[in-house]
This record gives sequence, structure tokens and C-alpha cells, in this order.
Amino acid sequence: MENNISYPSVMSRKNEILKHSVGIDYQEFEISPIAFDYEGLINCCGYSLSDVQRIQAETGVGNTPLVELKNITELVQSISAPGKGGRIFIKDEKACPSGSFKDRRASLSVYHAAQLGYQGVVAATSGNYGAAVASQAAKYGLKAIILQEVYDSRKVGQPEILEKTRACEAYGAEVWQLTVGPELFYIMLRILEETDFFSTSLYIPTSVSGIETLGYELAQQVMGREGRFPDMVVIAHAGGGNVTGTARGLQKAGSHETLVVGATVDLRGLHMASDYDFNRKSFTTAHSGFGIPFLIWPDRTDVPRSVARGLRYLDRCVLISQGEVFYVTELLAKLEGLERGPAGNTSLAAAIPLARELDRDQILVVQETEYTAAGKLPSSQLTFAEENGVEVRRGDPKDNVPGRVIVIPERVEQVQVEDVDLSEIRRSYIKRAIEATGGRQLKEKDILFMAEDSRGSIEFIYKTLNSLGIETPEQ
Amino acid sequence: MPKEPIKNALKGNLVQIHKVILTPEQRPEGIPASTKGTPYEAWIKGFLLDDEARIGDTVRIKTFIGRQLSGTLVEVNPVYTHNFGKPHPVLLAVGIEAEKWIEKKRQVGHGK
Repeated sequence: MENNISYPSVMSRKNEILKHSVGIDYQEFEISPIAFDYEGLINCCGYSLSDVQRIQAETGVGNTPLVELKNITELVQSISAPGKGGRIFIKDEKACPSGSFKDRRASLSVYHAAQLGYQGVVAATSGNYGAAVASQAAKYGLKAIILQEVYDSRKVGQPEILEKTRACEAYGAEVWQLTVGPELFYIMLRILEETDFFSTSLYIPTSVSGIETLGYELAQQVMGREGRFPDMVVIAHAGGGNVTGTARGLQKAGSHETLVVGATVDLRGLHMASDYDFNRKSFTTAHSGFGIPFLIWPDRTDVPRSVARGLRYLDRCVLISQGEVFYVTELLAKLEGLERGPAGNTSLAAAIPLARELDRDQILVVQETEYTAAGKLPSSQLTFAEENGVEVRRGDPKDNVPGRVIVIPERVEQVQVEDVDLSEIRRSYIKRAIEATGGRQLKEKDILFMAEDSRGSIEFIYKTLNSLGIETPEQ
Repeated sequence: MPKEPIKNALKGNLVQIHKVILTPEQRPEGIPASTKGTPYEAWIKGFLLDDEARIGDTVRIKTFIGRQLSGTLVEVNPVYTHNFGKPHPVLLAVGIEAEKWIEKKRQVGHGK
């Protein structure tokens, strides 16, 4: 009998489809509507860090160069206060097989799918992850279907995503180019049901523990070269996986004092599901439209419980504008001889003002770069922006207006970050978590979970709950 | 007179099909009005399974992974049209400034 494929019918089968397509019974890890066994879930597939290193080495993933950006460091020092301007290193993740750190995520998930006997994999992504999944699927002889949100209703496509379509097809994937909308999830469920393929969701355990090697490697590389761990690691933040995996890898390397900073492109005011706003943004990932909501509610994903939980690991989170990222992309090419994709330079752009805060002997690591190509280049993105009515000019990036004006800084001093108030995010996280209880009385385990999951103190959780008028268990 | 572009596809040609996944009425509530007012659409590439077809025909294709799908034929031998964009004066200026900085640094270095 054929399944009913209407929207409500497919969505109602969500849980059973997902359970079958990721091979995990999430119910086993549930503790309450708020709490679940996070460590149990993230470790449930049974891969140790050394297993992951071995699996990734098999397909040439990882062990990427760590490059000191000496000219950019000197430029930053020249505009910093006396004695200030930390040394900036970059992890050249472009050296991974499909050109980004996303190979680390895909490698473990696709390996796992092959081990479990799935014939193919499905990923819903407009980012580099699609190419990474398609590349790994090619290596393991699995079939890949990549679902991409590419076009607005005029069939005008973001050039960066059109490039990803090309890359995925180059690796032999079946690509669905879709219009704007959250129904991406619906079509993913439909295809998973039709094919019985594995869902290489960005939020399953293998997809996040695959990144632990990145944090581990960079800590080891800095230690090997400089005899100390990095003082700060800057990580592009969107769904939370990059932050989570890297921070866990740093911890596994023993780099406990390293400050973990997330960087996200400021696209506040643009609606992620809007057909109109869609082509008024240059960054299709690592932007605030994902970065902020995913901190507040990490489980707003394609699996019941996400193991990508940025708020658990972030010491700090900063916003940077599109124009600043393009500016720094030019500097990286001209001053360091590294032509890399702008989206992958989100963390580098944020690193410039952040390094100014550090002492000269301190070390900051930018943990990724990505490949560049037609569609990705700043020239391609700015041409597209202007064609879609966005103004592009030089000036002070403070005048940047997402979707309306892209301002390219006139001087490196103008590259600045804006801190996201993590206490405010924690409060929103708690409010959201309370909604999940459906009015049930909170238990102590809920408080403990919220404290751990939001990196807030127990006192902070109680104080916030009290200010919201929520009844709390006795302390 | 310019010739009509070739619109016929033959069996085995790489083609692109179009599908309406959800009509505006079938799209869920709660999405922005600019999105809800449009159908949810998909484009997929594959090799034509029918002997012959014209643009606009309903056809069957075999995708790169061998799955069979059907939809409306929209393009034969579809081209990747994204490109490197136009050289932009604001980016060119950043490059010139960076090179000036390096040049100055080199001169200071030589003077040491």
C-alpha cells in the first residue's frame, strides 16, 4: 500500500520515519520533556576519538595545515594598543577532500550509514555539507540525495548555493533544487520514506563527533609548535555543530583554558523562510538567522534531540557584518596568499577585532577556511547583491543594514564585533524550555539539565524561573 | 531569421525537470505571506527515459543515482550559469590598499 504523501500525513509520521532513517531510538535518552541524557546520546554510536581519526584518515579527511597569518597579525598589531594584538593562526580546512571542515561531519556519518547497511544517504543542506556528504558517499559507494533551498519564486538562485548544486552533482549526487520554505523538512521525510536511506542530519551524534578531531588537532598543533594551548579559538556558528564538536575536541586534547568564541554573520531582520528576503542575503549559512534561534532552541532540527548545542560550549558569541567578511576575504588573499571562500572567513573577520584584545604573545586560532569558486567569490556575491537591490559601498560597517546595505570597511580598525548577550539568550532558552513542559511541575533534574545545557549557574536558572513566575522545586 | 533553439530531447539526454511539490493552498500556515503565496517547487536533473520529448511535456528521468522520477521537462542539457561576478570597485580598492601596506612594510624592513 502506498503511503499518503500529503503534508499533514507525512508530518504525522515524522518520528517513525526519523527513527528508521538514523538508526537511533531517541526515546531511550529521554528523561523528561526538558531533560535528556546528552552524553549518552552523543556517544551512542560507539566511536572513540581515535576511531574517528582512523576513519577520517581512510578518506583523506583532516590533518589540515595550521598556518600562522603573520602579515594579518602584524596589521592587527599596528592598530592595537601597545603590547596588544595576539598571533592569528588559521586551520586550512579547505584541504579536506570536498573543500571544507564539513567533510569531518560527513565522513563519520556516511561511514556509519555504510556500516549499518544503508544503500544511500539523504541530506537537506544549502551549505558545504551537501558536497561533503556527496563526496563521502562516492568514496563508500553509497547513493546520495541532496536537498537544497536554492531558488526564490522567480527561480532566481543564490550563486553560492548554485555552486553547491554543481559540486554535489560533480560527486554524483541526485540534487533537488527547491524554492524557499520550511517544507524542506517535509520533502526530506518523503524521500527518506521512499528510499529507506540514512539521514545524514547535521544534528545526529556522528555528525558532531566527527568535528571533535578538528578541535583536538588544532590544540595539538599549537602545543607542538608553541609549547602551549591556544588562548582563543574562533568558530563560525550557525546550527551549533561546529562550536560543539570543536569545543569537545579541545577538551579531549586537554585545552581547557581556551576561550571558545562563536562568530555569526549579522542578518538580523531578515526572515529565513521569506521568499522576498531570501536573495537579499549574501551568506547562506553561519548567520544570525540560524545562529541565534539554534542557541535558544537547539532541538529545532530534523531530529528529536540535537547533539549540536552551542550554548553548552560558548564562552562568548559575536556578530560580524557581511561587508566586513568580504573585506577580510580580500585581505587574506592579498596579504597571506590564501584565496578562500567568504563564508568560511566569518570567523577570520571576527578574529581581527578579537585579536586586538589579546596580548602579543597570546594565540588565537581561526578554525576553518573553505574552498572558493564561481558563485562564492566576493565579486560574485556583490554582483548578485546589487542585482537584487542591495546597495554596496565603502564606509563604516556600523551602517550595514542586512538586506539593504553592504558596507565594506575603509580601514581595518573599522572591523568590529558586536557581542551577543548570552545571559539574554539563556533567559530565552529557559522560556522556550518551559514551553516544552506543557505546564507540568519542574523537577530538580530539569533545573540541573537547563543549567548544564545553557551553561548558566543553578542560581541563574532559579532566578530566571522566579522572575518568570514559574513554580520551582525546593532548593 | 534566427533558428528556433533545439527544444526536443532524446532518450538518454541530460535534462532538467520541474515539479510542484505543494500548491499555495497545500503549504502550511505560519510561513511568511510572500512565501505562502507561491507554490513549493523543485528542479531535478537526470537522463531522459522517454524516446523523445518537448519542453513542457511530462517526462520520466533516471537521476544520477539511478532513481526514476517524473516531472515537466524544462531544459535540455542544463547549463550551470553561476559565475565569478563583475569586478567590483570596492573590492579592487581593498586589494590596492593591502598591497600598499605590504609595500610600506617591505621598505621599512629594508631600511633596518
